[in-house]
Amino acid sequence: METGQENVQFSEETLKVIGKIIKRYPEGKQKSALLPVLHLAQAEFGGWLSAPVMEYVARMLHIKPVEVFEVASFYTMFNLEPVGKCVLEVCRTGPCWLMGAEDIIAHIENKLNIKAGGTTADGMFTLKTVECMASCGTAPMLQMGDHYYENLDNNKVDELLEKFKNSQQ
Amino acid sequence: MGRKLLLDKLDIPGINTFQVYRQNGGYNSVEKALKTMTPDEVTEEVKKSGLRGRGGAGFPMGMKWSFIDKKSDKPRYLVVNADESEPGTFKDRTLLDKLPHLLIEGMISASYALGANTAYIYMRGEFRWIFPKLEAAIDEAYAAGFLGKNILGTDYSLDIYVQPGGGAYICGEETALIESLEGKRGNPRIKPPFPAVSGLWGCPTVVNNVESIATVPAILNMTGDEYAKIGIGRSTGTKLISACGHINKPGVYEIEMGLPVEEFIYSDEYCGGIRNNRKLKAVVAGGSSVPILPADLILKTANGEPRLMTYESLSDGGFVSGTMLGSGGFIVMDETTCIVRNLWNFTRFYHHESCGQCSPCREGTAWMEKVLHKIESGHGKMSDIDLLVNVAKNIEGNTICPLGDAAAWPVASAIRHFREEFEYHVLNSDKVKNPKHFELEPFSPTLKPVEPQPLETVN
Ligand SMILES: Cc1cc2nc3c(=O)[nH]c(=O)nc-3n(C[C@H](O)[C@H](O)[C@H](O)COP(=O)(O)O)c2cc1C
Ligand code: SF4
Ligand code: FES
Repeated sequence: METGQENVQFSEETLKVIGKIIKRYPEGKQKSALLPVLHLAQAEFGGWLSAPVMEYVARMLHIKPVEVFEVASFYTMFNLEPVGKCVLEVCRTGPCWLMGAEDIIAHIENKLNIKAGGTTADGMFTLKTVECMASCGTAPMLQMGDHYYENLDNNKVDELLEKFKNSQQ
Repeated sequence: MGRKLLLDKLDIPGINTFQVYRQNGGYNSVEKALKTMTPDEVTEEVKKSGLRGRGGAGFPMGMKWSFIDKKSDKPRYLVVNADESEPGTFKDRTLLDKLPHLLIEGMISASYALGANTAYIYMRGEFRWIFPKLEAAIDEAYAAGFLGKNILGTDYSLDIYVQPGGGAYICGEETALIESLEGKRGNPRIKPPFPAVSGLWGCPTVVNNVESIATVPAILNMTGDEYAKIGIGRSTGTKLISACGHINKPGVYEIEMGLPVEEFIYSDEYCGGIRNNRKLKAVVAGGSSVPILPADLILKTANGEPRLMTYESLSDGGFVSGTMLGSGGFIVMDETTCIVRNLWNFTRFYHHESCGQCSPCREGTAWMEKVLHKIESGHGKMSDIDLLVNVAKNIEGNTICPLGDAAAWPVASAIRHFREEFEYHVLNSDKVKNPKHFELEPFSPTLKPVEPQPLETVN
């Protein structure tokens, strides 16, 4: 797949952060930096991990590309396909279900006209369902970026979608 | 009011900063440990406290520490399990977010006891906003001389680092967590060897839950003997309970071990009763992995004794009529809850989170999910109910890690206590086709959820 990410490079600043991260582990154990570096890569290179990005990370940590792919595909926080500008991660596990998460997910699906896992045609929103986020006492909830939005109802969701959209303009 | 040892200072403004935390007695336990006690004396104190691991398994912490291989010439590690991902559990989040110095304080004495000079906090990656807060607190502790080289002028040194997870429930299991910390997929390891002998990078390692480690300062400050006086029998001290579901006041509560379950659910100091004046139907008392109990059995044991919030009382009756304290994730369901639908969701969760190494877990969870979906959507047969029991039985005890059991127990217990409801689904397929079947019309054919008497005197 053509991704336009064939020659990606971390910013100077991120490279410094990565240098520090690698020092957290004993010598020769730099593979331990894989998860933190993949988080940085995803944040810096468009919200997902393309094959060239994973190869770049592999070279950087002196490990095989397959070791990176193996890990990236295991953990749900890593997106292996392009995503929208705003990734909505709605919890769908039992305690949230008890409090109406099913309705919240259906409401978002209807409103954005996509199914969970999909991205809107304008590339604004991706809807992801996720498992228990340790927010069960303030259910239903969703995560967008660094924040948890809790005690949701349909009205709140509408307001949030509006807010997220405006923040991208 | 119960005693508070962890959350007592939660409401002090600025308690997340070193200065305010220190002014309020923070880090005194580190001074005591590093300047007046040997590492083994610290372990001894924790042993005397009777503290049992708060991550779910309830293993005595002092004993776990004493297993660490001190003869090995390899470095030793403390790893704090901040993966908090057991459905229903959100207590560690409060500590990490609001009281980071309490965790750091506990980690210093714990690492000192273990002889570890490096400690990691493995925190679930979704807690994105907590990482900078926790790292800021660690930086403050370095600046104040509580971390780094020669802490408080002693010859003990310690570095603490925070490591993010990637979104995988299984990485809460301690050997999967270690694999993940090594930059791999979170596949649990076969034990033995136990981490205390061969853990992180093959070195002796102790993995403890956030709450367990955050309790160390209280134990050292008050002594293990005094700590052990709180609670009942082998359930010593206080425990954080995260309460959620159909209650008036969901939240994180610190309780003294031994609090009656009934008081916890109905008292205004805690859950404040069932919302909308509905009836209590069932409780999953210790995170989604423990057996579900119907209202009558969660309030009273099979012998009619009041059920208490202790390891022993909650498990009274074994798997026939008891459950477990687990992680303290207390999920309350009112009479409108469909047990089948809820179980289908839980089983889907375990199937999704199975790492796939063992066939009973990988295939069994998939199968149970499918059958439960069938029953829930009105396409089930009577024989499916026994099939579920059978599959659950074949998973239990036949897997590398306890996720298999965690997936089997909810199924086995739900069918044991709510079989009639499963049968109702098979017999009334037209009614259950509406996903809100019991929300619209509370379920009460013959199986009547007991009506608990609200407490008369709540002090
Ligand atoms: C599937 C699974 C998930 C687990 N998740 C967690 C978790 O999120 N947090 C935690 O502290 N322990 C979790 N545990 C328990 C850990 O394996 C381990 O027992 C615990 O971290 C030890 O700490 P403690 O003795 O202080 O409780 C989990 C266990 C299993 C089998
Ligand atoms: S029981 Fe399940 S989660 Fe645990 S090791 Fe086996 S397959 Fe993986
Ligand atoms: S179930 Fe949704 S946050 Fe726990």
